[in-house]
Amino acid sequence: MTVPPPLALMMELTHRCPLRCAYCSNPLALEPASQELDTASWRRVLDQAAAMGILQVHFSGGEPTVRSDLEDLVGHAASVGLYTNLITSGVLLDSLRIDALAARGLEHVQLGFQDCDPAGSESISGFRGGFERKIKVAGWLRQRGLALTVNAVMTRHNAVRAGALIDLAAELGARRVEIANVQYYGWGLLNRAALMPTRDQLIEMTAVVEAARQRLTGIMVIDYVIPDYYAKRPKACMGGWARRFVNVTPTGRVLPCHAAETIPDLAFDRVCDRPLAEIWTDNMAFQKYRGIKGMPATCQHCDHREIDWGGCRCQALALAGAADAVDPTCERSPNHDEIQAIAAREAMTGRTDFVYRQRSLG
Amino acid sequence: MTGNGRRVVIGASSVPRFLPHVRFQHDPVRDRWIVLAPERMFVPDDIAAEILQRVDGARTVATLAGDLAQDFDAPAATVTLDIITLLQDLADKMVITA
Ligand code: SF4
Ligand code: SF4
Repeated sequence: MTVPPPLALMMELTHRCPLRCAYCSNPLALEPASQELDTASWRRVLDQAAAMGILQVHFSGGEPTVRSDLEDLVGHAASVGLYTNLITSGVLLDSLRIDALAARGLEHVQLGFQDCDPAGSESISGFRGGFERKIKVAGWLRQRGLALTVNAVMTRHNAVRAGALIDLAAELGARRVEIANVQYYGWGLLNRAALMPTRDQLIEMTAVVEAARQRLTGIMVIDYVIPDYYAKRPKACMGGWARRFVNVTPTGRVLPCHAAETIPDLAFDRVCDRPLAEIWTDNMAFQKYRGIKGMPATCQHCDHREIDWGGCRCQALALAGAADAVDPTCERSPNHDEIQAIAAREAMTGRTDFVYRQRSLG
Repeated sequence: MTGNGRRVVIGASSVPRFLPHVRFQHDPVRDRWIVLAPERMFVPDDIAAEILQRVDGARTVATLAGDLAQDFDAPAATVTLDIITLLQDLADKMVITA
């Protein structure tokens, strides 16, 4: 059977970042700058991606704008026909750089906001002045006519400001806002007890989002991501393992999702060693959990199997101790009640002792 | 261009066009039409693809409906309604403007 090609490529150009967000989903073992792929290698990845039928590329990180070859790579992606998205905190951008990126064919920028309160923003990102800078950046993006998404990362510390963040996004001229509750991977998982919202906060946030959707229909699209710890069923992680997305790390390791390296018995290939299309089809990590036959038995026989694709393997490992277990955020998992209890308990701890993202925990 | 602070309402006299940074193109690998938008994509069904291929920022919905009614030998009133429904939905998804 032939495997349909992915739709989107996530290029993690670097793990370097001036911010130190407590919720960062990068791995705890950050890849060093000295081993990052060079420009020529990334260009080859883009060529291969376009040839195999990938349609969109997301330049991400870390902070992709720390790479001085970003303009070159955006230009190359556009020249091979890929739709280009930049996922950035914005703090390193200035109007000249935005002009250059737009001139090279950048279509869309997803600008991350930690909060709409400067102090809250600083406290969670360990970076001063970020909020003010982002407001400027949004203005330049708008002037330059780029499509803008505001990505608002939600925790219990800014949950009450979901409505204000939506209003801010609309004021900034965003076409789309994501009210994105933290997903607990990497540093976010490490800091879970200091981030998790309460169930009541979540109910309130959901109501705020619903009301804003009514009010802003046709003006701004609102995407809403809840923490699935409180849900009945898991999120359709990556739209299904090895189904729509392929992720390349700064050093060129090819993953079905950015957290896949937490699963110990998977072996990954590098883009320098093997063509991307071949990795997508044949690499054991991609094959292992792909499609219905890669799901836990409970999921294989469940009506939701092609809705949530059996949830998240990395979350199953983190929460149930086995990557092939039913995702514990599903009510059919034996661990479901325990997970909901943990979330509720952690949300009440009032902890604010973040472990900021850093190069070494030692 | 980003949001402009008001909802676009599609009617027979609207002149629809794709928003900037939205691409409607044929995907040769999968042999189908596709709408590429910021971090999203939509796969139109066959009828929607026929309509979207005629959206050029110059012709009105009524003109498009006339063309399609003739090409597919269908009543113009029904076609007009189908087009308005599709384009309003896409306007609310920030894909189409007028
Ligand atoms: S989540 Fe924060 S620290 Fe992590 S890459 Fe994004 S901006 Fe940087
Ligand atoms: S059993 Fe599996 S497929 Fe069914 S809802 Fe739960 S996670 Fe999804």
